[in-house]
Amino acid sequence: MEATVLNSGDTAWMLASTALVLLMTPGLAFFYGGMVRTKSVLNMMMMSMVTIGIVSILWVIYGFELAFGYKGNSPWFGSFSLSGLGSQVNAFTNNGGVYPIPLLVFAAFQLMFAIITPALISGAIADRTKFTAWAIFVAIWTTIVYFPVAHWVFAFGNKVGDKTTGTGYLAGKGLEDFAGGTAVHINAGAAGLALAIILGKRVGWRKEAMRPHSLPLVLLGSGLLWFGWFGFNAGSALAANGLAGLAFMNTQVATAGALIGWILVEKIRNGHATSLGAASGAVAGLVAITPACAFVAPWAAVVIGFIAGILCSLAVGMKYKFGFDDSLDVVGVHLVGGIWGSLAIGFFGTHIVNSVGIDGLFYGGGSALLGKQALGVGMVAGYSFIVTLILGFIIEKTIGFRIPRDAEIEGIDLSEHAETAYEMTSSSRGGSF
Amino acid sequence: MKLITAILKPFKLDDVKNALQAHGINGMTVSEASGFGRQKGHTEVYRGAEYTVDLVPKVRLEVLVDDSEANSVVDVIVKAASTGSIGDGKVWTTPVDQIVRVRTGERGVDAI
Repeated sequence: MEATVLNSGDTAWMLASTALVLLMTPGLAFFYGGMVRTKSVLNMMMMSMVTIGIVSILWVIYGFELAFGYKGNSPWFGSFSLSGLGSQVNAFTNNGGVYPIPLLVFAAFQLMFAIITPALISGAIADRTKFTAWAIFVAIWTTIVYFPVAHWVFAFGNKVGDKTTGTGYLAGKGLEDFAGGTAVHINAGAAGLALAIILGKRVGWRKEAMRPHSLPLVLLGSGLLWFGWFGFNAGSALAANGLAGLAFMNTQVATAGALIGWILVEKIRNGHATSLGAASGAVAGLVAITPACAFVAPWAAVVIGFIAGILCSLAVGMKYKFGFDDSLDVVGVHLVGGIWGSLAIGFFGTHIVNSVGIDGLFYGGGSALLGKQALGVGMVAGYSFIVTLILGFIIEKTIGFRIPRDAEIEGIDLSEHAETAYEMTSSSRGGSF
Repeated sequence: MKLITAILKPFKLDDVKNALQAHGINGMTVSEASGFGRQKGHTEVYRGAEYTVDLVPKVRLEVLVDDSEANSVVDVIVKAASTGSIGDGKVWTTPVDQIVRVRTGERGVDAI
């Protein structure tokens, strides 16, 4: 057997991609922060920031091993190990085969996915969540939901010769999820729905106006997300190759299609194309193409994105019908967009663009792939929703998940962080120690 | 002595200010205000959810004048502020008992 030689081009691209994916979480903080009211923007952004802190530490201690370790040889979770990533500095990545990039680079890349997934949930429970309760939730949820689900979907096992150990359940079943439509977006969307139900509605929901306080911040955030998403999707090729190029192009054109789809719905339905609609449409397109980006042709990516824009712009109205306060539409954008993108592979998937890809319905491959995709969607959504509901209920009954009503009305920035985001008038300046 | 208070459309502030300066008025106070009259508000749409915003942005302009000038100054403001459409605002006067200039301590008409 030939010895693996490090590929510096691949490694350089993966290091860059890793930094791109990290940037998505501060980008998300802007995207969400602009959508809430003046009195809760700092709390909204802090929910993302603290996630970077917590998940990074857990990842080093046991998270990476629990998600990607193969020694446990289980389809449901990785290895229980407290190695602290200390013994693997010179190892190569082996995930269903050897990649000529250092294992630590792969571990850092996957860490960024583990960070943004819980951060995405925070949009469902804006303006009202006790900060310590959120921090505890993030630590436990990441451990019992994200790490195992990442193993099901992303762990292709340690392959030596013809023998592969520790392959995740859905990866082994042939689920096609290139960058995390199930493990990231459906996972976060289903958890967001569960928490919105546990925490209940904000004071004044559907009675008073809860307008986004800064649409320029939302647009800035969507731009950073779009930029970082090239690392998320094209980086998931784990190499600087043609597959990365395909994922890169599909990411761009699906997002463009969704942006147009969303504002088209608005123009026809409400009479105006809005900036919030353009930003939301872009994110819906990014979500939908995430699982499909390396399995479909670019023309199909446009169609998948365009339909995602239309579908998600209609889905965000569901919360009013069903009466749950998913404040920033984590369900309407990430759950719905993630389900659509994951199922769309069952129609548009083709081996023509990816040698390991399977043909979907439109390419004469029958419904077998669609069935595998549906299994992945159902398992991840079901597991995430039920476990989050139980975890949320326990936190609510023990330490409490919500801040007091008066604090919520006065503003969570002040009550939870002792800060205000903006100096609104000249008369509010000054003060003394 | 009278206090003239005018509620104006924000984009007419410069016209009114220039007309007052041309009329010889060399002091005024302007603050941002919001409110509604017959104009009512407007509708905004966020992700398909429609909000009625009934408080519309306005500016409040205040000028202190001698009794004899009050009517002509009100006329200057009304002429400069008018667009003929709904929402142009209102102007009213209020009697003032006393005025003191902080720097010199001058009182009454001398302090205007």
